[in-house]
Amino acid sequence: MTTVEAGVAGGVGTSPKRPDGGLKVRGEFAFSSDLWADDMLWGATLRSPHPHARIRGIDITAAVALPGVYAVLTHEDVPGAKRYGLEIVDQPVLAMGEVKYQGEPVAVVAADHPETARRAAARIVVDYEVLPAVTEASLGVLLRHVPIRTGDPDATADVVVTGEYQVGMQDQAFLGPESGLAVPAEDGGVDLYIATQWLHVDQKQVADCLGLPAEKVRLTLAGVGGAFGAREDLSMQVHASLLALHTGRPVKMVYGREESFFGHVHRHPATMWYEHGATRDGKLVYVKAKIVLDGGAYASSSTAVAANAATLGIGPYEVPNVVMDASVYYTNNPPCGAMRGFGAVQACFAYESQMDKLASALGLDPVEVRLRNAMTTGSRMPTGQIVEGPAPVADLLIRVRSAPPAPEGSGDLREMPGGVSNTTHGEGVVRGIGYGIGIKNVAFSEGFDDYATARVRLELIGGEPAVLVHTAAAEVGQGLVTVQAQIARTELGVERVTVATADTSVGSAGSSSASRQTYMTGGAVRAACQAVRAALLARVGGARLDGGKVLSDSGAVIADLASVIGDGPIEETVEWRHRPTYPLDPVTGQGNAHVQYAFAAHRATVDVDVELGLVRVVEIVTAQDVGKAVNPLAVEGQIHGGTAQGLGLALMEEIQMVDGIVRNPSFTDYLIPTILDMPPMKVDVLEMADPHSPYGLRGVGEPPTISSTPAVVAAVRAATGKALTRVPVRPEHIVG
Amino acid sequence: MTTRITVTVNGEEHTAEVEPRTLLVHFLRDQLGLTGTHWGCDTSNCGVCTVTLDGTPVKSCTVLAVMAHNHSVGTVEGLERDGKLDPVQQGFVECHGLQCGFCTPGMMLTARWLLDNNPDPSETEIREAISGQSCRCTGYENIVRSVQWAARQEVTR
Repeated sequence: MTTVEAGVAGGVGTSPKRPDGGLKVRGEFAFSSDLWADDMLWGATLRSPHPHARIRGIDITAAVALPGVYAVLTHEDVPGAKRYGLEIVDQPVLAMGEVKYQGEPVAVVAADHPETARRAAARIVVDYEVLPAVTEASLGVLLRHVPIRTGDPDATADVVVTGEYQVGMQDQAFLGPESGLAVPAEDGGVDLYIATQWLHVDQKQVADCLGLPAEKVRLTLAGVGGAFGAREDLSMQVHASLLALHTGRPVKMVYGREESFFGHVHRHPATMWYEHGATRDGKLVYVKAKIVLDGGAYASSSTAVAANAATLGIGPYEVPNVVMDASVYYTNNPPCGAMRGFGAVQACFAYESQMDKLASALGLDPVEVRLRNAMTTGSRMPTGQIVEGPAPVADLLIRVRSAPPAPEGSGDLREMPGGVSNTTHGEGVVRGIGYGIGIKNVAFSEGFDDYATARVRLELIGGEPAVLVHTAAAEVGQGLVTVQAQIARTELGVERVTVATADTSVGSAGSSSASRQTYMTGGAVRAACQAVRAALLARVGGARLDGGKVLSDSGAVIADLASVIGDGPIEETVEWRHRPTYPLDPVTGQGNAHVQYAFAAHRATVDVDVELGLVRVVEIVTAQDVGKAVNPLAVEGQIHGGTAQGLGLALMEEIQMVDGIVRNPSFTDYLIPTILDMPPMKVDVLEMADPHSPYGLRGVGEPPTISSTPAVVAAVRAATGKALTRVPVRPEHIVG
Repeated sequence: MTTRITVTVNGEEHTAEVEPRTLLVHFLRDQLGLTGTHWGCDTSNCGVCTVTLDGTPVKSCTVLAVMAHNHSVGTVEGLERDGKLDPVQQGFVECHGLQCGFCTPGMMLTARWLLDNNPDPSETEIREAISGQSCRCTGYENIVRSVQWAARQEVTR
């Protein structure tokens, strides 16, 4: 509850300009790839060409001999822990006797020029004994199995639909490649300037691998050129630090685009078998599902991805009887981990495809069958968890269905599938409409101690009250810096707010992932502001703040805010937690594992050239409940961008693997949506407050990515009559 | 082996020694320190390195620095004039046309070129103009609005 009465401009619920916007439009914002230190060296990485091989020996002689080379390091030079990992410490800093995926780092080089570093890396001779590679998840070693059992496992139903679905390996494809600068410090430690999603989890892993105490590994957030999950794991953090400590010189590393494809985890490819049983009037009786995820060579966040796929795997529907088994396996494919939607994306493609299939079997409208099963507040998840907050599933579906239909094509060739390629003048073009709705958990689950820290300082600057907000929360583009300032303005009634650069000199904020950072760091900033306000009022025995004045209970002015702070600045640091969550029962999958659920729905309208298999998405309509739009413009931006990534997965985005080898590590061959692929979007934002979250807000970033994929595919199915059980849908799937 | 080139960047003449293979993007970033021009893909797909060459947008990873000899290059650092943001820059700030901001400089240079040549573009023309450049954050919707905002500002100016 806020006791600030007079609204100050730029607070919660408004869309003030981004504090980093001026720098970004001037080209002055320092991305991690722009960093520079005098006397710095450049790092380069030698990676395995094989998905699986034994390393018999590494000969660095020729690399060391190259003029300009200052260091060539292998696993033997890692002074601390040789492995790291987010959940399971299994990934070598540099390969130790074996490589388990194509692109695994084997050695790193520092040289006085990036070209020299790359040439030196190429001169390292690695003696590989190539081993057979496991590239099918079902043949791999089990990493985690998440079973969920509720109701009667042998339930039967009048109408049964079954299906097998596949999701390809998607890449986050942020535009700013992995990069950072490590600077050796006088105390024997290192200062690392890095684009990441979670400074403190990097700090811990880097310190462990360097054999240093955490306080000697100081991280500062450098400008982040997009993240989407790909920066949750380490890339070159340890490598650059090792090279810097070894050479005594600052070391910069920047991955090129091809290397970037090998430098971060990807979205788990999935194969999913579903069986839905329903009554003749379309009420779900049971769902049986088996989800198999390819975790790749190392664990990353696979165990949590599997839990999400399982717990969210039947969608936002009430189902009394559920048998769900989600499993993730180690293979010799690239490690898979976090990407926007995190396990919920794969399952949603399958369960929404099933809902369409069920509608068809029942002769019902696809939205109608969803409405008949839509969960609502008080519904019980298959984990037994009761959905406490608003769950406007039916409302969202009705909103996207009742939006006006997409306009008819104008006949302009540029608006045809194939566009300016002039592949059709309208012949063979069929329009289709499809729907999708999804569910996502917000923040970290399964009993994880999920917290965020904020330090807030209220002081006088030039005689005027000013607030400094300091957190370690990563601004990755989503607008978190704006939101932190908005919250401080609302809570303290002070317009002048500065958000300090995120670094590890303040406590952990947790990750900018799981749609959690406005909730978590926003919650921490609010709590710290409230602590500052309480201290301020206590100084003069005030009851509340109003328009820069401290008032008594009766509303009499006690003092000017400025005069109270004149006695000295007030600073408070608060560690803030969401309500606890609990582990899943390992046998039944029962448990209150999630803290908040979020929902979005999409309607896609497509034109398909059924002769050539070309698709043009004509329009996207989406509705999402965000609880409270803390920054409406930023909320809309998240929904636009998230929808685009879901459309990409539906129609074009896939890292193509053949026998453990990545066939398309470039933007020539890995396609992301351009503006010509993206239709105009209509966004309907609902604000149904969650009573447990700050301001009632709900995480926003991931839901739009989840439901746009099945909506687009359903529209293509409607146009073509094809089953389309795999994404991305390719032209040959349509014409084949 | 290096070659001496003279390039006018944002109206200022620079003479420098470059290797003939040096790409314009690296010349701008590493030799002139103009890091507002970004480097994103190596394959001329993403367009975050877009600058203008004699007024026309080019992907500066597709141009050798020596090809810019005796030519004029415009980068994001040259958009602001006399301490006043270009309307295109203002549009991206006003309309939330950027999130991470990595594609923004290139998008703005193309938008500036578009408005210089077509002061009142249709939405289709805006979309076509930036179709060679990728954005991974915005879904492009607010980029279009930003360019429209700038066009309105300039028409009414």
